Amino acid sequence: MIVAVLVVLVTLGSVAFHMWSPWWWSEIASNWVGMDDTIILTFWITGAVFVAIGLFMAYCIWKYKYNKDKRADYEPENSKLEWALTIITTIGVIALLAPGLIVWKNFVTVPKGAYEIEVVGQQWYWMYRLPGKDGVLGTTDIKNINDDNPFGLNTDDPHSVDDILIDADDLHILKDQTLKLNLRALDVLHDFYVPQFRAKMDMVPGMITYYWFTPIKTGTFEILCAEYCGTGHYSMLGYVIVDEEEDYNEWLSEQMTFEETLASNGKSDLIKIALNKKNDL
Amino acid sequence: MAADSYDDVAKNKDSIPSLEVPPQDLYHAKSWWTKYIFCQDAKVIGIQYALTAVAIGMVGLVSSWLMRMQIAFPGVIPMEAGAYYQLVTMHGMIMVVYLLTALFLGGFGNFLIPLMVGARDMVFPYVNMVSFWVFFLAVIILAASYFVPGGPTGAGWTLYPPQAITSGTPGGDGLGIVLMLVSLAVFVIGFTMGGLNYVITILQARTRGMTLMRLPLTVWGIFTATVLALFAFPALFVAGIMMTLDNMLGTSFFMPAIVEFGERLTYDGGSPILFQHLFWFFGHPEVYIVALPAFGIVSDLISVHARKNIFGYRMMVWAIVVIGALSFIVWAHHMYVAGMNPWFGFFFATTTLIIAVPTAIKVYNWVLTLWRGNIKLTIPMLFAIAFIITFVNGGLTGLFLGNVAVDVPLSDTYFVVAHFHMVMGIAPVLVILGSIYHWFPLITGRFLNERLGRIHFWVTFIGSYSIYFPMHYLGFMGVTRRYFEVFEGDNFTYSIIGINQFITVAALITGAVQFLFFYNIIVSSKFGKKAGKNPWKACSLEWQTPDVPPTHGNFGKELPVVYRWAYDYSVPGADKDYITQDTPPSAVANAKAEQT
Ligand code: HEM
Ligand SMILES: [Cu+2]
Ligand SMILES: [Cu+2]
Repeated sequence: MIVAVLVVLVTLGSVAFHMWSPWWWSEIASNWVGMDDTIILTFWITGAVFVAIGLFMAYCIWKYKYNKDKRADYEPENSKLEWALTIITTIGVIALLAPGLIVWKNFVTVPKGAYEIEVVGQQWYWMYRLPGKDGVLGTTDIKNINDDNPFGLNTDDPHSVDDILIDADDLHILKDQTLKLNLRALDVLHDFYVPQFRAKMDMVPGMITYYWFTPIKTGTFEILCAEYCGTGHYSMLGYVIVDEEEDYNEWLSEQMTFEETLASNGKSDLIKIALNKKNDL
Repeated sequence: MAADSYDDVAKNKDSIPSLEVPPQDLYHAKSWWTKYIFCQDAKVIGIQYALTAVAIGMVGLVSSWLMRMQIAFPGVIPMEAGAYYQLVTMHGMIMVVYLLTALFLGGFGNFLIPLMVGARDMVFPYVNMVSFWVFFLAVIILAASYFVPGGPTGAGWTLYPPQAITSGTPGGDGLGIVLMLVSLAVFVIGFTMGGLNYVITILQARTRGMTLMRLPLTVWGIFTATVLALFAFPALFVAGIMMTLDNMLGTSFFMPAIVEFGERLTYDGGSPILFQHLFWFFGHPEVYIVALPAFGIVSDLISVHARKNIFGYRMMVWAIVVIGALSFIVWAHHMYVAGMNPWFGFFFATTTLIIAVPTAIKVYNWVLTLWRGNIKLTIPMLFAIAFIITFVNGGLTGLFLGNVAVDVPLSDTYFVVAHFHMVMGIAPVLVILGSIYHWFPLITGRFLNERLGRIHFWVTFIGSYSIYFPMHYLGFMGVTRRYFEVFEGDNFTYSIIGINQFITVAALITGAVQFLFFYNIIVSSKFGKKAGKNPWKACSLEWQTPDVPPTHGNFGKELPVVYRWAYDYSVPGADKDYITQDTPPSAVANAKAEQT
């Protein structure tokens, strides 16, 4: 009796915790509402299974408690019941998978015209790069990295010259502008994750990974590194600030291009070739 | 043992299949050393495995306490970030590989396989003995890494490069990571010797009449898990060797060109993602290497203590085999956001959710075994019930993480930590505890103390559930895992300090009550209530040995002959509520057993 009651309590207690828990996700600030919806759907389906199994088990424990004058049923198999359960489960699984895969299809198809920017992770801070006036990110190579060129931009690529470099942990973005983040790591794995945007993807040295999203709310959101990257992993934080157009432009006007950074360091000659090529374009 | 001792049995009027493998000669210990240390008796080897695994498991347990203290009460136990990461790493690796894998396969496998299939011992007793000592060496190497300069590796149990072998990670530029990789390689070698033994024993040394479809599910679970391990561990082995080469000789299997702290390292062209594929090709089946023996064992516990045949035995066997096979094509569900080609997501999400079907069938059949049973709420049964609840919970959260789009927000958060602890941490541990209460009378001839056992059960179950159930909700908020500092995200909906303190207190209590259990084991093995023969009235062969505890050679002069499956409980018409596997039909003429 006590055992049956406790099994009921654990089952219903879990449900109660779910309903009244103050620990829940912060309001979404990107277009990935589909992810939240799929989670909610998954909650309904799995929650029903959890409660059904818990309560049924409690019922069995209570009803079929040992009695030395009784015998258990003897029924090695019941293929009808087994098949029925298999089919119901399969239907449940399809009901979860199908919407999930639709959301994933969206996630992996970057909309045409998404504004491409770059996020760079290294132990243990963030840097960002915007394409600048020409709208194209210059190419990079890890071998080019030095104090004057922390992003490793190719100095002979005309697209690099006007790239805007943000060597700081905070990034401003424009509300309602669809972004494709090109993700790059210089040393080890990192992961650019903002809980309110829901999306994340590891950054892998030696390759460029990406994901896309559209911010739908202005505000300041915290960035957490979500892939273990060594001793400083927990401190690899930063902020994304989603602005309206006016604030965004004001911030943008304060940032320096690659050309300007080099000039301020007295290293303009580094990009002579690229500048020449650019004038030819 | 001469073959002709079987003649009279074969002339019995109940039909018996013939003997396929000649009886084996056993090595009989001549000295204290060969009896207790370099012993070739699988039962002793099983206990050696179990004790070693639990001993190193204590390091894993204490590590988890220290981590939880740092998370909830930072500063009470002073520690640096690096030390925290070393704790996380060693905890994870020890729990998964050195505790659970070794305990289920090396411990339970050795003790139970020969007894349950009706063999005198493993087919290669000498190799079996060596297997244990190689495992022991692996544990020593692992423990040694605590004492080298820089300490053990803090790379996380997944050991992802480049971070695992670079200087930003504790032990990454020292001996820590090297010893970890060497220890794993040695473990794999030792395991392979043991594993081949388990598989060949089950296939070749079953006693007469013990067809595959009469094996107890415990044996099916351990068998399938061992086969998985034999296929999966080589992937870890090569990955470990390749990473060691990258580390020691400067090759670039997994290392692309990188700049670390402003310095360009000499690597070029390797792929970190390749390592992840190799790791998870091992790592996912590893989950089932731990889970399948637990599935098998818990089926037997439920059946014995509910006095009812396991429901849908054949379906249960098929489910184990299908889960085992599918577990090799789902590995990249750990890599949805790792940067691999995102189109893989469709394939791996589909295979992963397909596994849910045979897994669900297992759960239904356990519950349906209780249904219309005659349930004795013994301690093993309580643990089995707790296992079902925990496993259902953890299995269902797997449907979140397996469904690729849902995994995106949740991966690398505490949701994942909660999920895998429920499903492969707590659930299998509950089965282990239950089965110790169940088989202790066979091992020592005495029962464990009932009252202490009940306290141990309730605290362990409620405690571990309180640790991990609320933790999922931290994951929904986006609390990232492997964070050294109590982390109050700026945008979290509610403070996480209180809940973290609650979890830590629960973890400390749950851990502490295990020492009550150890006390119970030590005291009861000397002073416990005498159990006698077959105290649970079980059908399977391990309880039918002439001596309790069974002696070397297990079955005395004659091996038993098997006439039926292991689940003839409450057969209509029989005078007792169980018919042991070695009872010939003529001895229970009135029983209407369906499946024999
Ligand atoms: C009292 C029981 C336990 C407690 C309190 C505990 C606690 C923890 C904590 C706090 C972490 C760190 C989570 C993070 O920041 O990512 C962790 C990680 C882990 N635990 Fe446990 N744990 C327990 C038992 C187990 C068991 C039985 C297993 C066996 C499967 C296990 C396997 C792991 C693994 C694989 C990790 C991941 C390590 C990593 O991130 O590299 N734990 N555990
Ligand atoms: Cu990180
Ligand atoms: Cu997996």
